[in-house]
Amino acid sequence: MCLSVPAEVAELLPGDMAIVSIDGVSLEISIALIDDLAVGDYVLVHVGYALAKIDPAEAERTLELLQELGNVEQELGS
Amino acid sequence: MKYADEFRDKIIAQRLAQTIGTEANPQRAYRFMEFCGGHTHAIARYGLEDLLPANVRLIHGPGCPVCVLPTSRIDMAIRLVARPQVTLCVYGDLMRVPGTQGQSLLRARALGADIRMVYSTLDAIRIAEHTPDQQVVFFAIGFETTAPATAVMIRLAKKKRLKNLSVFCNHVLTPPAMQSILDSPDIQTIGQAEIDGFIGPAHVSTIIGTEPYGRLADEFGEPIVIAGFEPLDVMQAILMLVRQVNDGRSEVQNQYSRAVKREGNHRAVEEMSNVFELRDQFEWRGLGLIPDSGLKLKRAYAKFDAEARFVMHEQPVADNPACECGAILRGMKRPVNCKLFGTVCTPETPIGSCMVSSEGACAAHWTYGRGRGHQLRRA
Ligand code: SF4
Repeated sequence: MCLSVPAEVAELLPGDMAIVSIDGVSLEISIALIDDLAVGDYVLVHVGYALAKIDPAEAERTLELLQELGNVEQELGS
Repeated sequence: MKYADEFRDKIIAQRLAQTIGTEANPQRAYRFMEFCGGHTHAIARYGLEDLLPANVRLIHGPGCPVCVLPTSRIDMAIRLVARPQVTLCVYGDLMRVPGTQGQSLLRARALGADIRMVYSTLDAIRIAEHTPDQQVVFFAIGFETTAPATAVMIRLAKKKRLKNLSVFCNHVLTPPAMQSILDSPDIQTIGQAEIDGFIGPAHVSTIIGTEPYGRLADEFGEPIVIAGFEPLDVMQAILMLVRQVNDGRSEVQNQYSRAVKREGNHRAVEEMSNVFELRDQFEWRGLGLIPDSGLKLKRAYAKFDAEARFVMHEQPVADNPACECGAILRGMKRPVNCKLFGTVCTPETPIGSCMVSSEGACAAHWTYGRGRGHQLRRA
């Protein structure tokens, strides 16, 4: 029950609810735990609630770092 | 899937493994505990242990909420739902958790009890609204990740003046459990499960932030790296831990910065603190009684407390003596060290709770076994 996936906010509904899309599948979830959400944002969904908003800039930074960490080794190894 | 697939790249995972291999000192062992069931699942599913050098070992910790729920609490729920006019709402993972004498919620339901599997606490509200003559009880379990959802439900139930909805509260907190593992006299005397660092929980940390781990890092000298649930997240966290150990550092680092903020999620913490307060102590399966580690309802919400409403009593039960869940949760044994593993105890016929949820150490090992690195996506 800890497992969760990133979902894209497709529509904001009244009463702190939203429709999100996970790999094309729509799901109605609660956004009572999140401030300032907009359509197009990505959130982590867990037991029917958005727990956190995914920060695209930080995601990009982590991916760049991962590339670097891999490449450093390649240079050393070659 | 955006924000998932990019973090599953097989080539990068292999390169990270090489970097870890180069930087890990062959003269020493590195034993890292992943606290979270979500990490246990990812590690087993993607075969990450097979990518790591032999001296870097992962220890599966107690972060699967189903696995740490004591049998006595399952028994309480089974007794509760035997009453007329009680409807119990549960997360699906709970259905097969063994109670005493081969009982489970699944069996209770087969025998006629009204037990509904729900996906969200909001489902429990709907059920209560649609069945006004039933007493609907939500069986709340989980860490700081599910507790806010329960809190929202209780707040809404109060607002809607629902008289037939209550909560059987079993929420537990992560930092006290991590501390109890480090404090454990067994670990100190036997010394088998020395832990050189923690892969810190992902979702829990989205709620509580990174600060609550500071004490553990300072007082126990443990490096802690909060990590996301994708395979590259876990591999990067392991590399960060290896580097901390090599440098003699014990810091809280955040690998999962795309979802975890230093200060956590204010709104969720506020929902929780409005509704819950600490219990003096709470029993964890495998870890025993841990002070200040469980949540109960505050007095202002006492009428939503199922334990009070139905005068529920806890009767301590001894676990099956052959089940090694306790030692596994503390990192002192591995699933294959249990003589029931895969013979008497399988996911279809679980003896201990670690075999129930796919995030439990025994079930994850049983389902995915070893050598599944090929499941990583090719770039
Ligand atoms: S294999 Fe079953 S009996 Fe053995 S430790 Fe795991 S859950 Fe307990």
